[in-house]
Formats: sequence, C-alpha cells, structure tokens
Amino acid sequence: MQDVCAKQVYLFGTCLVDVFFPQAGMDALALIEQAGVRVHFPDAQSCCGQPAYTSGYPDEARRVAWSQIRLFPNDWPIIVLSGSCAGMMKHHYPKLFERGTTQWAAAQDVSRRVVELTDYLVNDLDIQLNDLGPAIKVALHTACSARREMETLQCGLALLDRLRHVQLMNHEREAECCGFGGTFSIKHPAISAAMVADKVQALLDCGAQQLVSADCGCLLNINGALAHRGEALQGEHIISFVRRRCEGGV
Amino acid sequence: MRTAAQPTATGLEAAQPVVVTQSPFKERAQAALCDRSLRQSFRGAMDFLTAKRAGVFDDPAEWQALSQLGEHIRQRALSKLPDLLEQLEHRCQQNGIHVHWAESTEQANQVVHGILAQHQATQVVKGKSMVSEEMALNHYLAERGVACLESDMGEYIVQLAGETPSHIIMPAIHKSKAQIAALFAEHLPGVPYTEDVDALIQIGRQVLRQKFLDAEVGISGVNFAVAETGTLCLVENEGNGRMCTTVPKVHIAVMGIEKVVEKLIDVAPLYSLLTRSATGQIVSTYLNLINGPRRPGELDGPQEVHLVLLDNGRSQAFADTQLRATLQCIRCGACMNHCPVYARIGGHAYGTVYPGPIGQIISPHLLGLQATPALPGASSLCGACGDVCPVKIPIPALLTRLRTEAARPANEQPHAMRGQGANANLRERQLWRWWRWLNTSPIAYRLLTWLLSRARHHLPKQLKPWTQVRTLPRPAPKTLHELMRQRTGRTS
Repeated sequence: MQDVCAKQVYLFGTCLVDVFFPQAGMDALALIEQAGVRVHFPDAQSCCGQPAYTSGYPDEARRVAWSQIRLFPNDWPIIVLSGSCAGMMKHHYPKLFERGTTQWAAAQDVSRRVVELTDYLVNDLDIQLNDLGPAIKVALHTACSARREMETLQCGLALLDRLRHVQLMNHEREAECCGFGGTFSIKHPAISAAMVADKVQALLDCGAQQLVSADCGCLLNINGALAHRGEALQGEHIISFVRRRCEGGV
Repeated sequence: MRTAAQPTATGLEAAQPVVVTQSPFKERAQAALCDRSLRQSFRGAMDFLTAKRAGVFDDPAEWQALSQLGEHIRQRALSKLPDLLEQLEHRCQQNGIHVHWAESTEQANQVVHGILAQHQATQVVKGKSMVSEEMALNHYLAERGVACLESDMGEYIVQLAGETPSHIIMPAIHKSKAQIAALFAEHLPGVPYTEDVDALIQIGRQVLRQKFLDAEVGISGVNFAVAETGTLCLVENEGNGRMCTTVPKVHIAVMGIEKVVEKLIDVAPLYSLLTRSATGQIVSTYLNLINGPRRPGELDGPQEVHLVLLDNGRSQAFADTQLRATLQCIRCGACMNHCPVYARIGGHAYGTVYPGPIGQIISPHLLGLQATPALPGASSLCGACGDVCPVKIPIPALLTRLRTEAARPANEQPHAMRGQGANANLRERQLWRWWRWLNTSPIAYRLLTWLLSRARHHLPKQLKPWTQVRTLPRPAPKTLHELMRQRTGRTS
C-alpha cells in the first residue's frame, strides 16, 4: 500500500502568484507532492485581503478574509506562497473578527494552520534537494513582513543552502524595505522610488546572477525597477528556482 | 498644480516630468528627495546611530528582557494614568513644586508666560524640550517680549537658522558641518568661519555660558516624572539641562501627561533603554533628578520650581485601548533612525514637531487627522520601527488603525478621533467595494484574471505613478487557477 495520502495540505497561491507567477504554484505543488504529500488547491481562492486591510478598509478585508477562511475546512496545513500574505492570514485574520464569535474561532483555526512555503519545505518536510545545475551566485530578497511577522528569513537561506552549487551573495541593506508596501508604492511613489532604487543598486552591486524571493509583491516592485533600468537581472520565486535546479536547469 | 522637479539621486532620472497635484507632505518629501546633501546627511547619521544602537544591544536575550520590562512599566503607568498624575501632583506639591495643568498648548503657554510675568523675566534659557516645541513656546514668548534662548547645542543651531528640529534627539542632524560653520560666522559677532567641530562647540558654549548667568528663568522638559516621589528626571549630555534647572532662580518644567511613571525604581530600566536606543550610549553624561526648589543650606538650585502638565490630545489616545500604546513612547527616536522613509526624507518633510514613525502615530492625536491626513499612509509598514521600539509600541498596527480612522467617513460610527474621515473618499471607497466583490465572487475573479492573462500583450505600458520608475508587470499566459484545472483535468 502506498502511503501517499498520509499527509495532506492546502495550497494558497495568492492573487499575485495566480496572475504573475503561476509557475511558482505549480512548482510548489510538484515539490510537495514529490515528498509524498497530497496537495489540495481550493478553486474558489482569490486574495488574502491584505491590500484593503493595510489601506484602512478592514470591513472589506474582513469579507474577503471570511470568503477565504471557509475554503479550508479540514485540519490540514495551509501552505502560502508569499510571505506577506501568510503574515496577513496568520497574524491579522483573527484581529478582523470579534473575539468569541464562530468567525473568530474559524480565523484562529486558519491562523494556526498557515505555514509559509519555505518554512514548510525546510521545517516540516525537511526537503532534500539534489542540485543538478551549474555553479551560480544568488541573492535572496526577503520581504519585511516575511522577515518580521513570519520569521522565515532562515528558511529561505536554509533552502538555498541545500543547493550545493549555489553561492549566496549578501547585499547591502538586506533587511531594509524595498519600498513596495502595497498601496504605499502608489500613494507615495517618489519615496517608494527612492527606496527601490537603493534596493536595486545593492542587488546589482552584490554580483548576483540570479535573484530569488518568496514574496511576490516585492518581486513585482524590484523586477519592475530592474527592467526599467534595462538590467538583465530579474527576480523569480524561490520555489521555481529550486525546482529548476533539481531538474538540472540553470 | 506643479511640475515635479526631477530627482537626480533616486533613480528617477529617466522619468518623464509629470504635472501632479501634491499634498503638502508630498511636496516636502519630494523636495527632500531631490536634496542630495540632505539625503546624505540623514543616511549617514541614521546608519551611524543604527550601528551604535546595535553595538549596545548586542545580546538579544538581554534586549528582549529589558524591553519587555520597559513595556510593562509603561503599560502599568498608563493603566493607572489618572491616579498617578494625581499622586504626582500631590508629591510634587509636598516637595515644594508648583503644579499646573494645561489642556491645550495655548493654556500651557499662558501658564509659562504668567510665571515669567510674575518675575518680570525677559531673559529665559531653555533645555531641549519637544513639548515646548509642540507649544511653539519660543514664538509665543517672543511675541510678548521675552527672549527664550535654546541651550542644547543642536537646538541652538536650529534656532540660529530660524528652523525647527528635524529629529527629536538630534535637532540639527540635517545640517552639515559647513552649514553650521557658515551659520555661526554669520550670526555671532567676531566669530571666524571654521569647520573644526571642537572649535564650533567651544564657540557655542561660550555664547551660552553668559546666557545661563543672565537668565532669570530656566525652562526644561521632563523625561520621566515619578509619581511615588514627585521627582522630575532629565536625561542629557551637554550639562545645559543642569544649568537651566539650577542657575536661574526659577525653573519651569513642561511635560506631556504620559511621561509619568509609578515608582523611582522604574526609572533605571527606562533610562537604560532610552540612552541605548537613542544614541547608543550605556549612560548619558547627565541624569538630573529634580525634587524641588533649593532647600535651606543648599548652595545651588532655583528658588522656585514649576511643573506644567500638558494634555494636548493625549487623553484622546488614552481613551482608546489600542491607541493608548502610542503614549508608551519614551522619545528615544530609534524608530526614526531605523525608518527607511525617514532616512530618505528627513524630519522636516513630515511638517510636524514629532517626525518619523512616532510622529506619524502621535501627531494625529495632537493636531487631529484633518491636519495630518498624509501621515498614517506615509509608511510601507515594513515594521522596522516596531522592531526597534524599546517599549514595544506596535507602530505598524497603530498606523493601520489610523488609516482606518482617516478613511472612515465622519458620520460613520462614534468618533474615535479628532479629524476622523480626513481621507474619506467616495471613489476610493467604491474601488475597495468593487475589489471586495471581485475577491468574494469566484467566477468573476477567475474571469477577470483569465482576461488579464489573455490580454497580456495588449495591456497599457504606462500606469503612473508605478511606471515612472518601474515597468508594468506582465501577467503570465495562464493563471495558476487554469494550470491547476488543466492538471486535474477539470474544465470550467
């Protein structure tokens, strides 16, 4: 008897992965399944609700959060592909509902089960990676919410560390915000521009051939700024990089 | 309407000039971003301070324990705030300190001026006090014929330049050595231009020394006021605070009502957190504990001590259990030093006495959201401020809450804050409603994301302000939802 269904998880793609980095979702699915875990992708999933929440519209965020919470009825881990969305679900969902209500209890339950993808791969699955790619210099960008709320910085590093031919390149101001901040980059474009300009410069200066991150909002911001400058360097979701390396890609 | 100037150091070089309507905050921020020397000053100073702080909090366990204690002390004090203030008043009076209450800055100014008038004082020296900045005390007194001289070196420089502090700990951090040298040479008779820092400090000290002796009244702030003993604690490095509070025959201390702590023993950990967070010092050069006027047989000290307790919107923050955390602040400035926004635009851009993250959460209480509509939004919520706060103020959460208060129309729900609904905007509200509908309607959501992926080559290339410094991201050919459906063989 094959024991492939012993462990089951939900996958929460996030809206940005859905539209801009869908391959990251498929790569996550493949790697998790390879480890013998069955992955469920609730079809009605959309956004975690963070944009409205941080913009000062908690009522709208609450409605969206509730629509998502109901998609994860079974007591399985909910693997989230973007750090800041995981932070929203883990740390802010319960705050959206009145303490003691059934909705609050459900939000608590989801919060308890939310795991950021790299955290899951490293700490729950203890995934072993066979790096078949050539030697490469890589920079990791960690989003502030992932770094602080989710404390997954070490997980991203650990994942890259399991790839034998990958050399991690440290860059200046790694811990500093890239300037995305959701609607911040729209509402205060000049300040955001100054922040992303410094981030991009630091990434270019560190000599990395590849940029990876587990945070899609930051990736849109940094990639957009890199492309605007005409740079060849582009960031990709860490899971896509990892999977490609395991399949012998660059 | 204005044409935005093109920054040169921000990566905006390639951006097209755009005509935009700017809020005053945005205009000031934009101007600061274009000021290369200002940005260098701030970046350098903030990096220096960040490194110094890290050096004195090098043991994470000790930092954790100490900041937890600090948080606890502040929260305990705030939980009994009305009682502690009464106790403070009582103890101070027992110590011979005259206590005055002021609801507004206008009242506080009147109290201070009243005391000066009683003594016919026209020469006043002042130690650094952000509350007096909040009161615009110098201006108020000047209009009434009283010259108030700032005695903190940074404040003195800022005063000479006719400016306001740009940082709550280092008021003149935005000025370069050369600018200060020019300022001294221009304003002080017989002083030659010199960029020698030691010489500049000596020049400043000599000017101030005589002023201390001439002044009839000394004004100071208060870092902590101890309810148990009626003690006013004053933390400083230059000795000017001690001069202001001991040389003139009258001392007036002004403080926000949140500065009270319960016990004398509470001061030690808060003091340690303050000096280490602010300037990376284990201790400051001076810690003054003022217990009242000169007693018989004592050789120095004022004959009269007054304490002015200022509310100015603080009780509004106090009334709300979440917003109350704002008042935990011990004014160390670490949140500014670590804020990526503050480091780039500097303190003046905020347009408020308290700049940076703490300013963003306290100013709306002092001035009302109507006067500070841009502040809650001027943060990427990166969390660096909350991380370094020695008394664990959850600044990002408070900013999010203030954004909610600013967006919520004034007629909706009871008023939590003065100026509620300052950013209420029907269009934005409709947009978020539409966003909510989209994200709670799976079919509509999938249809729109499908359309985006199909129209990927036909989407606009420009979407300002995003595309001023970034290219617009292009949707993938197929959404994750589609790929998943294909994989499982399902069809919609």
